[in-house]
Amino acid sequence: MDGVAVGSLYALIALGYTMVYGTLQFINFAHSDIFVLGAWVSYTIAVAMGYALAGTHPPLYAGILIMLAAMATCGAAGFTIERLAYRPLRKAPRLNVLITAIGVSLFLQNVGQLKWFFGTQPQRMPSVLEDHILATFAGVQVHLVDVIGAATALALMLVLDWLIFRTRMGRAMRAVSHDTNVASLMGINVDAVISFTFVLGSSLAAAAGFLYAMKYPGLNQPAHATWVLLGLKAFVAAVIGGIGNIRGAMLGGVLIGFIELFGAAYLSPHLRDIYVFSILILVLLVRPSGILGRAVAEKV
Amino acid sequence: MSLNARNTRLSAAVAALFIGAGLAGCGGGGKAPASEPILIGHFGSMTGSEATFGQSTDNGIRLAIKEVNAAGGVMGRQISLKTYDDQGKGQEAGTAVTRLITSDKVVAVLGEVASSLSIAGGRVAQQYGVPMISPSSTNPQVTETGDMVFRVCFLDPFQGWVAAKFARENLKAEKAAILYDQGQAYSKGLMDAFDKAFKEMGGTITTVQAYNGGDQDFSAQLTTIRQTNPNVIFVPGYYTDAGNVSIQVRKLGLTAPLLGGDGWDSVKLAEIGGASIEGSYFTNHYSHQNPAPQVQNFVATYKTDYGQIPDGLAALGYDAARLLFDAMNRAGSLDGKPLAAAIAATKDFPGVTGTITIDAQRNAQKAAVVLEMKNGVPAYVTTIEPPK
Repeated sequence: MDGVAVGSLYALIALGYTMVYGTLQFINFAHSDIFVLGAWVSYTIAVAMGYALAGTHPPLYAGILIMLAAMATCGAAGFTIERLAYRPLRKAPRLNVLITAIGVSLFLQNVGQLKWFFGTQPQRMPSVLEDHILATFAGVQVHLVDVIGAATALALMLVLDWLIFRTRMGRAMRAVSHDTNVASLMGINVDAVISFTFVLGSSLAAAAGFLYAMKYPGLNQPAHATWVLLGLKAFVAAVIGGIGNIRGAMLGGVLIGFIELFGAAYLSPHLRDIYVFSILILVLLVRPSGILGRAVAEKV
Repeated sequence: MSLNARNTRLSAAVAALFIGAGLAGCGGGGKAPASEPILIGHFGSMTGSEATFGQSTDNGIRLAIKEVNAAGGVMGRQISLKTYDDQGKGQEAGTAVTRLITSDKVVAVLGEVASSLSIAGGRVAQQYGVPMISPSSTNPQVTETGDMVFRVCFLDPFQGWVAAKFARENLKAEKAAILYDQGQAYSKGLMDAFDKAFKEMGGTITTVQAYNGGDQDFSAQLTTIRQTNPNVIFVPGYYTDAGNVSIQVRKLGLTAPLLGGDGWDSVKLAEIGGASIEGSYFTNHYSHQNPAPQVQNFVATYKTDYGQIPDGLAALGYDAARLLFDAMNRAGSLDGKPLAAAIAATKDFPGVTGTITIDAQRNAQKAAVVLEMKNGVPAYVTTIEPPK
C-alpha cells in the first residue's frame, strides 16, 4: 500500500520532469525544489489557517483548499522561473539551460532557508485528516491517508491525461514537443504553450508536496539532502518510463515506489536507494529510451 | 591553490610559535593590554536538521560569558565570543575552526554537539595547538584526537549502558529492538553500547535495524520490528528523526515505549513527534527539574534571557564555558599548552550538569539522568550513577 502511495507521488513529480523535457529537451533540475516549495507552502498555509494552534482536525475541505493554494503558488513560481531564467535562453545551447536549472535549484534551496521564508528548522505539518486503519490484509495495513493520497494523485493524473490528449491546449503541447518550429509556423504561440507546461508541471509537483506532507508530517528543513534524493528518484521514474512520455512517467513513478518499498520490506531497508538506481541502470542497458519511450535517431 | 593554503597555514603556525615564545618570555602572558577582551570561539550547527543543538549551546555559552563579564571578567579582562555556523556538515566544521583560529585568533574553541563534527573540528584545533572543549559530543573518538581536545559530558559506552540498565531494571524489558542512524558515529556508538550492555544484563535484542538521517519512511524497518514484538525500541538518533520514527511507530499500532539518548534533547522533539512521543524515555546530561540551587538559578536566568527552558545542550554549553574560564584563571595564561594543562587538571568543578572531573583521557566522569516525555516536556524519572 505504501508502494502505491509513494509511487503515485513519484509519478506526479516525474510528470513535471517529463513534460518539460518533452517540450524543451532539457532537464529542469529546479523541479524537485518546486516539490519542496509545495510541501512547505502547504505547511505555511495550514499553520496560517490556525489549525496548528487549535489542535483540532480541520475538515477535509480545508485540505483541498490548502492543496489548491499550494498548487497555485507553485504554478506561479514555475511560470516566473520559466519567464525569467529559461526563456531568455531559448536560443542558447542546451547545456547553458541545464546549468541555469542547477543555479535556479540552488537559489530556491538557499532562499527557502532564509529566516523570513521557511527557516532552517524541521517542522510538523498539522494534520488535515484524521488517519484510520481501513483494513488489514495479511499484516498489511491500509491507511486512509494512503488511500486518499493515491486517489488524489490518480485523479490529477487523469485530469492531466485528458488535458493533453483531449483539449486544444494539449494538442498544441504535443505539437510543440513534436517540432517547435513547425508548430510555430502553424500559428501556435510556442511561448504560451511552454509557460503552460511549466505551470502544469509545477502545480502537480505542489500537489505531490502537499500529499507527501500529509503522509510524512515531520518535514525536513527545506534544503535537506533527503529532498534532493526524492527529486532524483522521481527523475529516475521519468527516465525509466521513457522521458518525454506522459504515461511513461506515471508508470515509472508507481514502479519506482513499488521497487523501493518492496525491496526495503523483503530484502533489506539499508539498500533502498540502491534498488531504485540499479533499476535505472538495468533499464538504460536493456531499453535506453525507457519502457514506453520511442527510440529517436539522432540527426547527423 | 592548495600550495597557497598550505603556506598560510604554515605561516600561521610559525606566527603562533613566535607569539607563544613571546608570551612565555614575559612570564605567562598576563601582560596583554587589560582593555582588550579575550576572544573565544564557538562552532556549532546554527542551521540545519540539528539547528537547536547549536543554538542552545550558543545561548548557554553567551549566558556564562554575560555572568563572568558582570563579575569582572577573567584575569581582569572581559570575554567576547565569535560563533560560526557549520550547518551540521563535517567539512564546514573544519573550515569554521580554521577560521576561528587563523583569522580571528581565538585562544580557545568550544563546540560541537554532533560527534562527527567535533572530530572534524578537533583535528584542526589539535593541529594549531589551541585547546578545544566539546560541550556535548559523546562518542569516545572525540577526545582521542589529541591532548588539546576535551569534553565536559559523559561518553556513549556509559550512556548506552545507562539506557540498557534503565530498560532492564526500571521498564523490566526482556526484549529490545534497535533502530539506529547508520550515517552517524554517535548513533552507531550508542547502538553498540546498548546492544552489549542489554545482553550482558540478560536481555535479548530481537532485531537491529538502520536508517539514514532525514529518512521519512521507516515502514519496512518498523514492520520487521513489530514482528519481533519487543518491550522497548531503542532509537539512538537525533530529534527530527526520532520524532518522525515515533509517528510511524504509533501509526503501525506498536505500543512499546521508545528509548533514546541525549540526541533527543530538543523542544522540536515534542513539536514533531506530538502525541506519538508521549511516554517515551531518553537519557540525558541534566534535568531542568533538578532542585539543586545552582541548577534552578541557571534555569531562571536562562528563561529570563531566552524565554524558554534550557535543554541539556544549553546547560552543557554553559558548563563548558565556565569550566574554561576557571581553567584560564588557574593557568594565569592564555597560551595553548598551559591552558590545556589547567583544563586537564580540573577537579570537582561544580557544574549545572553535575560535578565535573576531567580524567586522563580528557573526558568527564558524570552521572546520567533519564527523562520521560510528558505533555510535551521531558520530566525527570531517575539518576543513574557510573559503575564504581
